[in-house]
Amino acid sequence: MSGNPVLYDHPGPRARIRNLALTVVFGLLILAVLYWVYRKFDEKGQFAAILWEPFLKAATWNNFIIPGIEGTLKAAATAMVFALAFGLIFSVGRLSEHRWISVPAGIVVEFFRAVPLLLMIFFISYGVPFLIQKPVPPFWSVVIGLTLYNGSVLAEAFRAGVYSVPRGQSEAAYAVGMRKSLVMRHILVPQAARAMLPVIVSQLVVLLKDTALGYIVSYPELLQLGVNVLSANYGNVVAAAIVVAVIYIIVNFALTSLANYLDRRSQRRGIRPRAIDPGAAMGGGGAAAGA
Amino acid sequence: MRMTRVAATAAAAVLALTMAACGSDDGSGTGTGTGSGSGNTATGVVGKASSGSLKIGVKADQPGLGLQTGTAYEGFDIEIAKIIAKGLGLQESGIQYVTTVSANREPYIQQGTVDLVIATYTINDERKTKVNFGGPYFIAGQDLLVPSASTITAPEQLAGKKVCSVTGSTPAKRIQENYKDAKLQLFDSYSKCITALAGNQVDAVTTDDIILAGYASQSQYAGKFKVVGKPFSEEPYGIGLKKDDKAGCDKINEILKAAATDGSYKAAWDKTLGASGTAAPELDTSKLTNCA
Amino acid sequence: MPVFSDPANFDMYVSGFMWILKMTGASAVLALVLGVLLAAMRVSPVPVLRWFGAAWVNIFRNTPLTLIIFFCYFGLYATLSISLSDDIDLNNFWLGVIGLSVYTAAFVCEALRSGINTVPAGQAEAARAIGLTFSQTLRIVVLPQAARAVIAPLGSVLIALCKNTTIVGTIGLLEASNIMKQLINDNGDQVILIFLVFAGTFAAVLIPVGYLFGWLANRLAVKR
Repeated sequence: MSGNPVLYDHPGPRARIRNLALTVVFGLLILAVLYWVYRKFDEKGQFAAILWEPFLKAATWNNFIIPGIEGTLKAAATAMVFALAFGLIFSVGRLSEHRWISVPAGIVVEFFRAVPLLLMIFFISYGVPFLIQKPVPPFWSVVIGLTLYNGSVLAEAFRAGVYSVPRGQSEAAYAVGMRKSLVMRHILVPQAARAMLPVIVSQLVVLLKDTALGYIVSYPELLQLGVNVLSANYGNVVAAAIVVAVIYIIVNFALTSLANYLDRRSQRRGIRPRAIDPGAAMGGGGAAAGA
Repeated sequence: MRMTRVAATAAAAVLALTMAACGSDDGSGTGTGTGSGSGNTATGVVGKASSGSLKIGVKADQPGLGLQTGTAYEGFDIEIAKIIAKGLGLQESGIQYVTTVSANREPYIQQGTVDLVIATYTINDERKTKVNFGGPYFIAGQDLLVPSASTITAPEQLAGKKVCSVTGSTPAKRIQENYKDAKLQLFDSYSKCITALAGNQVDAVTTDDIILAGYASQSQYAGKFKVVGKPFSEEPYGIGLKKDDKAGCDKINEILKAAATDGSYKAAWDKTLGASGTAAPELDTSKLTNCA
Repeated sequence: MPVFSDPANFDMYVSGFMWILKMTGASAVLALVLGVLLAAMRVSPVPVLRWFGAAWVNIFRNTPLTLIIFFCYFGLYATLSISLSDDIDLNNFWLGVIGLSVYTAAFVCEALRSGINTVPAGQAEAARAIGLTFSQTLRIVVLPQAARAVIAPLGSVLIALCKNTTIVGTIGLLEASNIMKQLINDNGDQVILIFLVFAGTFAAVLIPVGYLFGWLANRLAVKR
């Protein structure tokens, strides 16, 4: 039931008038609220030129926002690679028939899924140095924290994906004499990865957003540089936060759109395994909302 | 056939990953930089300086003291850092600034992420057990920043008022313990406190007077705020370095002593916080630590 | 456990997690209500409602929660003067709940929408054939079936919400993460223990909740 029109009939004359009325009423309501917000911001002087002028200067972008975006993307890209590897390894580990592998892998995955990322990053930055007697640079605190959390979520997504591959696939593989590791590598994981592609990409959006938590360990990412440091220079914390929020929305929207495109493409080309249960897939993935 | 291709891609990805991991290990290895093999003296500040570079931990978001302005840093702490570097015979270009926040100053010194910390760093006994302090180069005190029209003149008048500070900071703790009737609003940075003060969501911001003065002198807030001017604590700002680096600490105090008399200390003040019109304080060399 | 044997510290620990629980409870209810409304909007016949739902989801799902919470304080409270309580903690609590709710509602909406997609088209067609209106079709036929399919995803959303409440600490509420920071600052020698206790508390509550939702999802799954 992908086409929404299934839920209602084509509107007749009365329905059309009713819909039009609803459109007008609701539209006006939204506009009224937006206008009120605008007026209030104006009243409090949030549109004062002095707050927004810095964004017209190239130096503001070159010194704070662009390095911030670079910091965010660098941490996100590194963490994405590690998280995918972590997810792959631990999903396979959890699917292992050897209990001494599957049980520890399960504990690791469950634990890191349950601990708030804020606590993780904070601990890696301030607690782990006591253990290893070496400082953990902010960059690695963020990347490791993101990897452990998102990797664990991805591990569950991969696992659900492997379960979604019709059993006949692995049975056929065993029948032609493949060993377990070969079945995993050549038959199950590639199909599972495709089935889970949308979940994976939306988890990567979560990861990108979560880099914003890097500011608690003063990692120079977009929120730290673009809001905290920038506003210490110009005293315009609200304006800076609005600009940074718009940048985040644009970047993440692009990634989400990619996820939707991949989703549609995999459905159209029929490469998605048939017996997929979206409940199990999303439940395992928990990809819906991140920290 | 398609399966094989996917497997190959996965293998390539794993390969790239391991390579990335190796590369990163190298990176962090040079970052800690203790294995350069120049012996024990190289771990001290004096030795580090003679090798041509020094990593100094500073604040990035405190106008007037330590503020990151793009790739550069500016403020009173930064000027002090330059004086120390010069005294150690180091080129200004040899200074590498590292952003620190209050919570990571001790770990950064202990673990060698930075060689020195000059970041509104109050000398106290608890910290002395972990790091050594040169200085103090300035005696600050906890004070209040209020709107110009405010009638608050002392912390005792904060009862029932909203006062803002930073989560986990010493000023916040002092308010919690000594002025229990004040309503404490906590943020993760003073910039947000100042914004809340500007919008009248809080009645006062509290931290060291010199930090407050830095914010008050920003052009967007000109004339809006005043520092109450009755400090209710004493915060001697020191220069943090490794616990066992007595030689470095002695050298720093020597440099500060010289700076007090040759005018460079005053020049550092006038160039930064002095811009708000406050006259340069005296650097009281009798208070310098004994570096024990 | 030297840190937690001090009753003052133990009280802080308990109060930190009480805030987490209260925020999770209040935001879960609000987010569910908002999320259902948004999902209904996104599949409704009125274009402006569909547009509004889509805009909400795209804006709030793509903004870091830290920024949303920030806007709740500096936007809603500071600029729009929406004050929810005279008590500073309660005010921050409710501002946090609003932020968490609008953010989580976007995820609830998307989960529900994909749940609606799992209901076979024939169900809605049959409903229309017997003359049910859009809202009747949705309420009586489609949503009850969709709800069963989305139990597992909603469980994940709930767990994420509970962990996300720690971010409200950025506007000063002394919830678990701020308490942990404070304890670590005061007891630098017991960092590992403090972290394990706080992380362990989250794990001890959230892992069983995860399994509970998995079990519920299996039990209530619509058998087709």
